[in-house]
Amino acid sequence: MKPSIIVSLALPLALAALPAAGAKSQKPPVKQTAPAAAAAEDKDATTAEFEKFREVMEDSNPAELFEMKGEELWNEKRGPKQVSLAESCDLGLGIGVVKGAYVQTPRYFADVDQVMDVERRIVHCMVEHQGFKREDIAKKPFSNDTHTPEPVSLVTYVASQSKGMKIAIPQKHPKEIETYRIGAEVFQYRAGPYDFSCATCHGADGKRIRTQQLPNLTKPQGAIKSYLGWPGYRMTGGVMHTLQWRMNDCFRQQRFPEPGYVSDSVTALLSYLGVNSNGYTYKGPGIKR
Amino acid sequence: MTIERKITAALLAGAVFATVAQAEDRNYRAEAIAMIKKDFRSRGIAGYERVQEDGLQAVCNRSGNRPPEAIAKQLEQDQLASVKLPADGKLMGDWKSGEKIAQSGRGMTWADKPGIPGGGNCYNCHQLDPKEKSFGTIGPSLYQFGKLRGNTPETQKYVYSKIYNAKAFNLCSEMPRFGHSGAIGEKEIRDLVALLLDPASPVNK
Repeated sequence: MKPSIIVSLALPLALAALPAAGAKSQKPPVKQTAPAAAAAEDKDATTAEFEKFREVMEDSNPAELFEMKGEELWNEKRGPKQVSLAESCDLGLGIGVVKGAYVQTPRYFADVDQVMDVERRIVHCMVEHQGFKREDIAKKPFSNDTHTPEPVSLVTYVASQSKGMKIAIPQKHPKEIETYRIGAEVFQYRAGPYDFSCATCHGADGKRIRTQQLPNLTKPQGAIKSYLGWPGYRMTGGVMHTLQWRMNDCFRQQRFPEPGYVSDSVTALLSYLGVNSNGYTYKGPGIKR
Repeated sequence: MTIERKITAALLAGAVFATVAQAEDRNYRAEAIAMIKKDFRSRGIAGYERVQEDGLQAVCNRSGNRPPEAIAKQLEQDQLASVKLPADGKLMGDWKSGEKIAQSGRGMTWADKPGIPGGGNCYNCHQLDPKEKSFGTIGPSLYQFGKLRGNTPETQKYVYSKIYNAKAFNLCSEMPRFGHSGAIGEKEIRDLVALLLDPASPVNK
């Protein structure tokens, strides 16, 4: 069975088991208390509901279906060259090694003399070792309700193999350090019709857009929130997304033009967020609103 | 901006830039900007030209959003001088329409269609009508804004100008320049002024 079909079956069941979570999109009732306090209360209630929902989902996380698909794709001989990624792709810890690879990327790869994040490396392997065309992969790189690109499933599988491990993104090679430093500047760069940078929303503690709390990604305790739960099964739209998509969608909301898929800029940004999260434990692919 | 001002601003900005650059062996900011220019591309209404910072953004980017006061004051004056007030002098519109505009977070993204007026994005960052519990906190609460300040012509002019170009009053403010960038038009800004200043607006109840 296709993951999308299983998900569409499993999800209503899970939702039915927890009606409170299903109602989370409704506007909270109007209360006649001090507005700021009431908003904080409502937010807490919504968060609590979602946390409960997440607990219920923990044993049947839809992300697992994409992990399974990704594992198949990793092990199968595929592409024009009929080679498997398991026998050809080095994610930084040796050919075919997936355990711990996710929490140690972005990292420097000597064969390309470049820093790559995990999705970029997987795409690199698909092109170089399996013979897929980069243009074909980059044409529609993000999931929608009818299509989950192969790199998304592969990243989800690789990420699942780092569950419970500490984030330890290396900062040894000069290019790793340079990528982090450039990423910090990408994060602060204001431009576009709204004068926004990443830092406009994610550069201070305790801010919200509407009721959505905004982690301060310049600090470790905030940055880890950008790492945890991704790749994530997103309730909105019911699709699996990776951090590549998350960065892309942030730039959309920032009113920027679109960053290239698996481009240097995105790698730099992921390096900044990832290194800032170092030392925290990664909990594996998650569920997002 | 006059030629003299441009030169002064450029010199002062250069001084800021040199100070920052000196602290680094390498200029990572310049590398980041070059990288963005290499990697980004137009999509929908979000054209490639948006990756290019304008003069004000450049000053804020190069000073960590804390430009020297002399530069800030001068550039704020320039921004204020470019505010286009309505020709008929009418600055307050309909607060009910303003509330709808304040609610809308649409506009200017690559997913937005061309020609459709954007929203004010106000509730994303500010509290306004206390009945709306879903409001952001990036900006200050504007609840009772008019009740506390009145709605004299001067206050109307200030609020209109602030929405039109927030940078006229705080050079590196987080708030977009809604009129300056064309994100919303004259009618929309008027209606938002009413939402903030009309005694009948729920903001002032």
